[in-house]
Amino acid sequence: MEFFLQQTINGLTLGSVYALLALGYSMVYGVLKLLNFAHGEIYMFGAFAGYGVLTVLGGPSALVVPVWLVITLMFVASMAVSSAIGVALERFAYRPLRNSSRIAPLISAVGASFFLQAAALLLFTANSKSYDAPTLIPIDTGLTLGPINVWLVRILVIVTAAVLMVLLTMWVARAKTGKAVRAVSFDREAAAMMGIDVDRVIVVTFLIGSALAGVGGVMVGLVFGRVFHLMGFVAGLKAFTAAVVGGIGSIPGAMLGGLLIGFAEAYTTGYISSTFQNLIVFGLLIGFLLMRPTGILGRPELVKV
Amino acid sequence: MSEIGVDQWVEQSGDRQEQYSGRTAPIRRLFDSLRPGWRLVIFLLLAAAYPLVVSQSGVRIGITVLLLAMLALGLNIVVGWAGLLDLGYVAFYGFGAYFYAIVTSNQLPAHWPTWIAIPVIVATTALLGALLSLPSRRLVGDYLAIMTLFFAQIFGEVVRNFERLPGVSEDLDLTGGPNGITGVEPWKLFGYEFGTFNRNFYLLLVLLGLLIVALHNINDSRTGRAWRALREDTLAAEHMTTPVNRLKMLAFAVGAAIAGLAGTIFASVQVGVFPNNFVLLFLITIYAAVILGGLGSIPGVVLGAIVIAYTPEMLRDPSTAGVLFYVGLVALTVAMLKKWRLVATALAGLVILGYAVRWAALAIWGDSILGTANDTLISRVLDGWLLVLGQSQEVVTSYAFVLAIVGALGVIAAQNWWRVVWLIPTLYLAILVWENKLALQPSVTRQLLFGGILMVMMAVRPQGLLGIRQVEIT
Repeated sequence: MEFFLQQTINGLTLGSVYALLALGYSMVYGVLKLLNFAHGEIYMFGAFAGYGVLTVLGGPSALVVPVWLVITLMFVASMAVSSAIGVALERFAYRPLRNSSRIAPLISAVGASFFLQAAALLLFTANSKSYDAPTLIPIDTGLTLGPINVWLVRILVIVTAAVLMVLLTMWVARAKTGKAVRAVSFDREAAAMMGIDVDRVIVVTFLIGSALAGVGGVMVGLVFGRVFHLMGFVAGLKAFTAAVVGGIGSIPGAMLGGLLIGFAEAYTTGYISSTFQNLIVFGLLIGFLLMRPTGILGRPELVKV
Repeated sequence: MSEIGVDQWVEQSGDRQEQYSGRTAPIRRLFDSLRPGWRLVIFLLLAAAYPLVVSQSGVRIGITVLLLAMLALGLNIVVGWAGLLDLGYVAFYGFGAYFYAIVTSNQLPAHWPTWIAIPVIVATTALLGALLSLPSRRLVGDYLAIMTLFFAQIFGEVVRNFERLPGVSEDLDLTGGPNGITGVEPWKLFGYEFGTFNRNFYLLLVLLGLLIVALHNINDSRTGRAWRALREDTLAAEHMTTPVNRLKMLAFAVGAAIAGLAGTIFASVQVGVFPNNFVLLFLITIYAAVILGGLGSIPGVVLGAIVIAYTPEMLRDPSTAGVLFYVGLVALTVAMLKKWRLVATALAGLVILGYAVRWAALAIWGDSILGTANDTLISRVLDGWLLVLGQSQEVVTSYAFVLAIVGALGVIAAQNWWRVVWLIPTLYLAILVWENKLALQPSVTRQLLFGGILMVMMAVRPQGLLGIRQVEIT
């Protein structure tokens, strides 16, 4: 029971991060029908931005400001850096290709992902960096849940992710721009004819999706410690899996899919073996894609000829 | 407006086709006037003479080039002709290489002779390709791409972690795990052993020649035309009774078979296989070759492979890399500004900025920040122009790198004179980063370059160097 609970908390933490990443994929796919391959790298840069803030403020063991302020600043910085990269990618790599064939932006995205990875390698070297969060917030602080103790950082991650997702859902449902995002993902041309500034909506989508990815990056750094230049690739793949499993283009679907993948990974690691972890997640996706290409909450797309 | 009965789109089709224009027009016209057979003969003769004039390491590079050309031709079938985005292609290459390594090294007591091993491996890889094509019946576009990517990932995981199949072969090490397999036997045909670089080079050249002839014929055949129909509009092709699923399967299988064959030669030349030979980086390299050369064009793909495989080798030697960098920089400047007046202003501004920055830096921080200058192209032409940094190098170049990228984006966004204003500091930063950092790390530079090439190519010339511009009908 204790072990099961531990794995559930692990799954929830991982799932929250995947959900945040999957949201970015899903939203961008919704408005542009583009698979933003570089999303994982945006998340990686977010994690490095958090690390940068931590280092500038004295490092985990010799902070010059209170801990809560550092963590807030880390989140803010990662959101700023990630959304800047996301918006720049949209403007320079994807916008010129908006009217070309489907394959062109995808290849451009692969190139962008590659470029960003190499840039990170150049800027931060190949050594992985550590947030050393247990020094920031001692590992025994937090909530006691029956037999186990849930670390404060995990609670912070889960609650932050939940709050962000609720805010996003409300924004998409109620706010004017949120509604515009929905309109554009439903039918871009019709939305443009209704007076919606499609370019602006796309920029906003990238901005929000990338900011969420940056937050996810800092979260992973806090919980799992290691930040390195290749972290974006596999995380990006898994987040994409989450987005597809949930139904790509659907915002609640991305959250659901993220949690599902998180739990699948945690239980596989806990009960079977960590070597199988990636295989099972990828296998899950392949099976899922074949059986239900539109995901849990996605609707089949009708092709008009 | 067109007359009644004349379709405007058809009428103007001549205008949409690319005419010979610009500086490279004479070369392109000459190239197009040659018949494909003669092109191939010229290419093969030039390639055959290549090992005679270079050293052994040069021949090794030649083998890399030919292997990449072969792989790119195979990928071109799937992506360029049939229009199926296959990101798992590198797994077939790895599968062929591993299969060959397992049956000819000491992993198994089998030691198959080449004439048995090769047909079996090629057939098995083709079968695997056909299997992977099954999902393409339901999945299209991005979904298919990501699925094949997962296939490649799973291949990597299996090769790395399951050298001993649990329950099946507990004491039989198949793939060697992260250490790979060593001691692979070279190809042996008719008592002739392909043990040296030269022999392997000619073996590859012969195979490549045969492959090009075969592909050229396939391209003109019913199947080739059907593939292109599939690429242009699957739905329409299906309605014209094209057997869509069978063609997809065929494209995957043929592409995979070529990759498998290339894999066996790779394993034989390298005398071993390692999991790191078949990672995503290499897949992107093959894609870069296909896209740079021109999706769908056989000479284009071969040209792309030559450029992509050769560039990193040139980057390895610092002095040629330097020349390449500055030539590229000047070419980019000319391409961005177009007018000579602007180019001259930019270059003059660059020289002034360099001296000014150096003077200011020395005035503020003193001589202590200077590092020892290497003998590079720029130091010979403009002595004392560049700031060669000492200890603070890492930090400063990191900032300079980020700023250079921001600057480059600014250059793209700006127009006319503003472009010059953006370009001058960007060029300076680029040179600073190059001399202090990039030139010292060729492998990272190569990655940056490939990523950049893919993005720029898609924005500027999506059809590649020798590709045919596609007309989108909407």
